[in-house]
Amino acid sequence: MRCTYSCGSAEHVLSRRSFLGGTAALLGGAVAGVPGFSPFALADSLEKKRKQILVVYLAGGSSQLETWDPKPKTETGGPFGAIETSVPGIMISELLPRTAKLMHLMALVRGVNTHAAAVDDHGKGDYLMHTGRAQAPGQEYPRLGAVASKFLGKETDALPGYIHIAPGHGGLGRNESAFLGPRHAPLYLGNGQAPANTLRDPAITDPADQSRQAFRCMLNDRFAKRRRSAETEAYTSTYEQAAKLMRERDVFDISKEHAADRFRYGDFDFGRHCLLARRLLEAGATYVQCVHSNYDTHNENFAFHLEQVGEFDQGFSALLEDLHVRGRLEHTLVIVMSEFGRTPHINFYQGRDHWCKAWSIALAGCGIKKGIALGKTNAKGTEVVDHEVTGGHLFHTYLNAVGLDPAGGFEVDGRPIQIAEPTATSIKELLA
Amino acid sequence: MNTAVSVDPAKIASVKEFAHSSPLMTCRFDPTGAYVLAGSQDRLVIRWNLESAAKTTFEAHESWVQALAFAPDGRTVLSGGCDGKLIWWNATDQKPKPIRSIAAHHPWVRSIAVSPDGKLAATSGTDKLVKIWSIEDGKLVHEISGHAKDVYRVLFDSKGAFLFSADLKGLVKRWEAATWKHLADLDAAKLYHYDQGQGVDFGGVRDLAISPDGALIACSGLIEASNPLGAVHTPAIVLLDGKTGKEKLLERPKEDIKGSMWSVRFHPDGFLLAGSGGGSGGLLFTFKPDQVNETYKFTLPNMLYDVDLHPDGKRIASAHYDGKLRLSAFAPVKTT
Repeated sequence: MRCTYSCGSAEHVLSRRSFLGGTAALLGGAVAGVPGFSPFALADSLEKKRKQILVVYLAGGSSQLETWDPKPKTETGGPFGAIETSVPGIMISELLPRTAKLMHLMALVRGVNTHAAAVDDHGKGDYLMHTGRAQAPGQEYPRLGAVASKFLGKETDALPGYIHIAPGHGGLGRNESAFLGPRHAPLYLGNGQAPANTLRDPAITDPADQSRQAFRCMLNDRFAKRRRSAETEAYTSTYEQAAKLMRERDVFDISKEHAADRFRYGDFDFGRHCLLARRLLEAGATYVQCVHSNYDTHNENFAFHLEQVGEFDQGFSALLEDLHVRGRLEHTLVIVMSEFGRTPHINFYQGRDHWCKAWSIALAGCGIKKGIALGKTNAKGTEVVDHEVTGGHLFHTYLNAVGLDPAGGFEVDGRPIQIAEPTATSIKELLA
Repeated sequence: MNTAVSVDPAKIASVKEFAHSSPLMTCRFDPTGAYVLAGSQDRLVIRWNLESAAKTTFEAHESWVQALAFAPDGRTVLSGGCDGKLIWWNATDQKPKPIRSIAAHHPWVRSIAVSPDGKLAATSGTDKLVKIWSIEDGKLVHEISGHAKDVYRVLFDSKGAFLFSADLKGLVKRWEAATWKHLADLDAAKLYHYDQGQGVDFGGVRDLAISPDGALIACSGLIEASNPLGAVHTPAIVLLDGKTGKEKLLERPKEDIKGSMWSVRFHPDGFLLAGSGGGSGGLLFTFKPDQVNETYKFTLPNMLYDVDLHPDGKRIASAHYDGKLRLSAFAPVKTT
């Protein structure tokens, strides 16, 4: 049951193109799509093939040397070797044997340098890689998940536009949707669990539930006629989203998946979370972020990466292969990233520290070329020597890949704001 | 090893340094006491003659060398590395070549122990396995599973009756060497930590030592891991009763020292020698087996990863991050 004022009236519906002032938005003002400034310029057929985004975030800063850009038998290379992949000439760490077999579906970006944005800091690196912009005081831009929710999500979606599968309890307390407002804020699934309180008390019967819903809607409608505000819109939207979630609760339950799949993805949290990500994407989720923690290995980097990257390899490769086999990869952009990489120098704890001058990410799927490694670092991995890119370039590229125009934007308090950092551009060599 | 050495556990001095250009991961004296060998991050086994300081390199590993063990006669030495290989060498060759190379574990060999009769070698690895090899022909004699995590250490008791294997979770397993039957699980889990926030398993038994009479088993590692990924933890030793397997004592530095107790040895005089590396640098400790805190702490100039005790019971080798193999020595007990 829906309340009349928020379900059918063009004036009242919380459209992805419409205003929604977030209570926590630092910019605080009205946000609107700007005529002639639309992100949909490149997206005429968005509805034909629904674009989705999967981000696998290796929290803490995974080592490029133990993943995508190995330097075996060098002073900085560490103990691990490099292995051949399904693409002749592209070698990756021996810790990724399953992913290596899928390299023909992927693109590696080995020339990431985020030093200009001074991002040897976890928070700043995380912000840059999710917004494409350097963090600055007094400014807050929406993260990729919120942007995807707004521009790729649909009003009728049963699932929230931005779903974040987090280890532990989940929820980071950040203003991730910024001026896009709470409608596009992430739904956190702490440790892959279904949202709390989505199971109706069994003591409440269907008729009783319908009756109380009708009563709530009546009060809402009466209130809205006199005091409608962005906050009440958000409240109503959230309530309706919650009602949808209660109906769709099974989508969060990976026990519904075959045991063979659960085994294939791995009997550990990240494997289970990857399987949940598949389930969510197949249920139509617009943006799913799956976090694997923790790669901040100042101490015993190699022993920790041995375990962590092994888990990543199993869960991620199973997910990527399934997206491919099930025909979803062509409309799902897959991004594997961290806030930064790790130092080529091996410290005396046998660890690697934060490093943003020369590191790597991996991409696959929608709009991305297959089987390429773009960019190059020097023999010790200390500098980018070819095709240097930064977070802004990557953010532009992600938007382009899913058919959004990075030059499109919002209007906040009458001021046009471009979705992506205006000084950066897409990395054409990565775009299919 | 001498049985009555009579050194002063409260007095250690630096003696000598041997230099290499890459961090040293492990070190062992040869049983004759003429050489010290080290394994390095640049894929070498390095031998130094203790008298002449002559340096010889053994080249065959494809990755870091982090395990060494001698046969009792001192002629055969085995090395294990992060390439998973177990390699046999003639320890005293002028131009050493591998006698045999075996893919023993995947991906890393963590430790090697040779039985007292010199017939068998036990290895452990990151594959959670323990394997038993014939020293003579390199054949796999037995494979032991049962550990749920990385097996850091294997060790035979002095009579060769038992094999001990110890893992990341602080579990020590006792096996009957004649049959490889599992006899008991010993608990050194105080050395293990699961960090909920960081989502990592950490710690474990980094080294094992058995007292000459078999009465005590020393498990070295770390405690108080408040930040595993940031190397904030305290070196420690869990002493277990050799018969019951029950914990007898937790030994730890009396000061606020940060690091891991990478190595532990029982000295013939009855005390423990241990090596710690970490935030507080490279340190040697001596502990009495009935006291919580150390008898003596000796500070070395650089982070260390391993320590060994010379067969004479007087000299100590330590393998360091700066590529130095450092020799230290106990002072003799003064006699009147």
